[in-house]
Amino acid sequence: MKRVQFSSPLLPYLFLAPQLAVIVIFFYWPSVRAIQSSFYLEDPFGFGSTFVGFDNYLGVLLSPEYLSIARFTALFTALVTFFSLALGLLLAVKADAVIRGNAAYKTLLISVYAIAPPVAGLIGMMFFDQHIGPFVKIAAFFGWEMKVGLSYFDTAFAMIFVAVWKQIPYNFIFFLSGLQALPASVREAAAIDCRSGIKRFWTVIFPLLAPTAFFLLIINVTYALFDTFGVIDVMVKDKAANNPITLVYKVYMDGFRGNDIGGSSAQSVILMIVVFVLTVLQFRFIERRIHYT
Amino acid sequence: MATIEIDKVSKVYHGNVPAVSEVDIKITDGEFIVLVGPSGCGKSTLLRMVAGLENISSGTVRIGGRIVNDVEPADRDIAMVFQNYALYPHMTVRENLAYGLKNRRTPKPEIEARVAEAARMLELGPYLDRKPRALSGGQRQRVAMGRAIVRHPSAFLFDEPLSNLDAKLRVSMRGEIKRLQRRVGTTSLYVTHDQLEAMTLADRLVVLNGGRIEQIGRPLDVYHAPASTFVASFIGSPAMNLVQGELHGSKLAIGPALIDLGDTLPTQGAVTVGFRAEDLQAVGAPVDASAQIGSATMPLRVDYVEELGSQRLVHGTLGDQTITVAMSSDAPLTSEMQVAVPLGRLHFFDAESGRRLVWSSVEPNRSTTAADLLETAR
Repeated sequence: MKRVQFSSPLLPYLFLAPQLAVIVIFFYWPSVRAIQSSFYLEDPFGFGSTFVGFDNYLGVLLSPEYLSIARFTALFTALVTFFSLALGLLLAVKADAVIRGNAAYKTLLISVYAIAPPVAGLIGMMFFDQHIGPFVKIAAFFGWEMKVGLSYFDTAFAMIFVAVWKQIPYNFIFFLSGLQALPASVREAAAIDCRSGIKRFWTVIFPLLAPTAFFLLIINVTYALFDTFGVIDVMVKDKAANNPITLVYKVYMDGFRGNDIGGSSAQSVILMIVVFVLTVLQFRFIERRIHYT
Repeated sequence: MATIEIDKVSKVYHGNVPAVSEVDIKITDGEFIVLVGPSGCGKSTLLRMVAGLENISSGTVRIGGRIVNDVEPADRDIAMVFQNYALYPHMTVRENLAYGLKNRRTPKPEIEARVAEAARMLELGPYLDRKPRALSGGQRQRVAMGRAIVRHPSAFLFDEPLSNLDAKLRVSMRGEIKRLQRRVGTTSLYVTHDQLEAMTLADRLVVLNGGRIEQIGRPLDVYHAPASTFVASFIGSPAMNLVQGELHGSKLAIGPALIDLGDTLPTQGAVTVGFRAEDLQAVGAPVDASAQIGSATMPLRVDYVEELGSQRLVHGTLGDQTITVAMSSDAPLTSEMQVAVPLGRLHFFDAESGRRLVWSSVEPNRSTTAADLLETAR
C-alpha cells in the first residue's frame, strides 16, 4: 500500500470531514434522535413531550398487531432473500455457461439493473394491475381471481414477486462476476475429477462462490427489510386496511400517518437492534464456514 | 496403462488460422512423451484436446484403443496436472486427493489406502490436513501430482507443471516427476516450453511449431539430427549456430572460410549450415594442415565472452554472421582465432524451407540413449 505523508497531521481529517459530516448528519444524528424520542410521549401538535421510560417499547411489543406484522416481515424477508439469491445464482450460472453470444445474454440480463428502481417498481406493479396487469390475466386463466390490494394473500404474493424481480439483476451481476473470477483451471480440474455437473457445482464452484453469496445474503436481507418500502407503498397505499405490510412500513405509518412519534421511534430502535443482531449472527455462524481465497 | 493415439488432429478457432493442424502421434504404453515448442505453438491446445477440455475440430484421439472425441473429461480415465496446480482451495490436502476417487464411488478403505500411498510417495504425510494456501509452491505441486497418482489413471497429462516454480525447485521436481513416472509406469504426455525439461524427461519428444510437428524422436536423436533449422535452434543450449553458406561441388563457402567437404551433397548453391557451439574447437595456428583434415576450419573475430564457470561461451563473427563457441574456461583467448568443427558434426538445411538435407552425417550407433543403457543395466 502506498503511504502518503501529510505536512500537517490535521490535513487528512480535513479531507475526511465532508464524508464524516454526511455520515454524522444523516445516519448517526437521526439514530440518536430516534433513540431519544423513543422514551418520550410526543404531543401530536408539537407542544412538548413527556418522558415515559419504556412505555413506548412495551406498547409496541405487547400489541398483537405489531407481532403479526413482525411475523409477516420475517416470512417476507426470508422468501425475498431466498428467491432473489437463488434465481440470481441460477441465471448467472446459466449465462456463464453460454458460449455463443454470451455478451448479448449478459447485457440483456444486466440491463434490467440499469432501470431506475422506482420505474422498475412501477413496472412491477403494472404486472398486477387489476385492469391491465398481464399476471392478473394469467392467474385468471388458471382460475385464480387475483385481487392485489384487497386479498391479503394476493397482495403478499405480488409484493414478494415484485421485490424479488427487482433484486435479481443485482445478485446476477455479483454472482456472474464471482463465477468469472474463479480460476478456469480449478473448474477444469473438477471437470476431470467429477462427471456430474450438478455435483461439481455444489462441491467445488459453490464453495468458492461462498464469499460472494455471503455478502449478497447480508445485502439482500437488508434490502428485503428496508429497501422494499417503495414496493409496499405503491401496492398498499390508499387501499383497504387489511393488507400485509412490513415493520419498516409500520414505522412510517405510525410516525407520519398516525403522528405517534414516540411509538414509531421505539419501533425503529427495535428494528435497528434486530438488524444488528441478525448481522452479528450471520457473521458468527455463516462466515466461519466460508473460505476466502 | 494405455496407449494414446493422436490421429490427424486439428484445432481451428472460429475459422481462423489453425492452432493445431493434422498432428499424428502414437504413444506406446508407459511411454513419457514431451510436447515442446515456443508459446503459441499449439502444444497446450493439443494436450487439452486429449484431456477433453477443448473440442477436437477434426481427427481422432484414442486412449487405450477407445475413441474419446465425444467422451467427457471425467470419463477418459486420465489425470491432469496443471501449471498453477488447480488445487481446490476450500479442501484440505487429503480432501483434494480423495475428491476424484469419491466421485467415482471408490470404496472408503480403498480411498484411504491410495491417499496414504500417494502421501508416502510424495512425502505429503505431515500436510494432509492443511489447506493448499498453507503450503509452499513445491508442496502444492506435489499435491497436484498426488491428485493424479491416486486415481491410477490410464494416462497422466502435464501442462507445464513446473513453470511456476523457482529454478532450483524446478530441477528437483523434474527429477521427482521422472522417478514417479518410472515407478508407476503410467503413459504420460507432458507439455513444456523449456527444452532442457523436454530433453531430460522425455522418452521421445515432439517438437511443435505453428501447430505442426517439426520432429518426433528420442531426445538425443533430435539433438544430434534436428530435422529443421527450427528444431536446431530450439533444442540445445546454447542454440545451434546457423549460418548461410554456398555449395560449389564439394566445396563449401561460409563467409571468408572455404571448406573441402570431400564429398558432394544432393544440393548446390545456397544452403544453411548448422554446427553446435560445443562441437567447435579453437585450433592453434591459422593454417594448421592436420586440423584441416576431416574438419572445417573457420576464422572467428571475438566480440564478447560469457563465463559460465564450467565453460565459457565465446560470441563472435564469422564474416558477417554471428556464431557462438563453447570452450573450456582455461582455453587461451585471442581477439582473432581459428575454430574448427568435425565435418561429421556439420548439419545441412535447405536455405529456403529450413528442412534437413542430409541424414547420413548421423553416426549409426550414436542413437543409444542413456535410458537404453539404464534399461540394459537392469
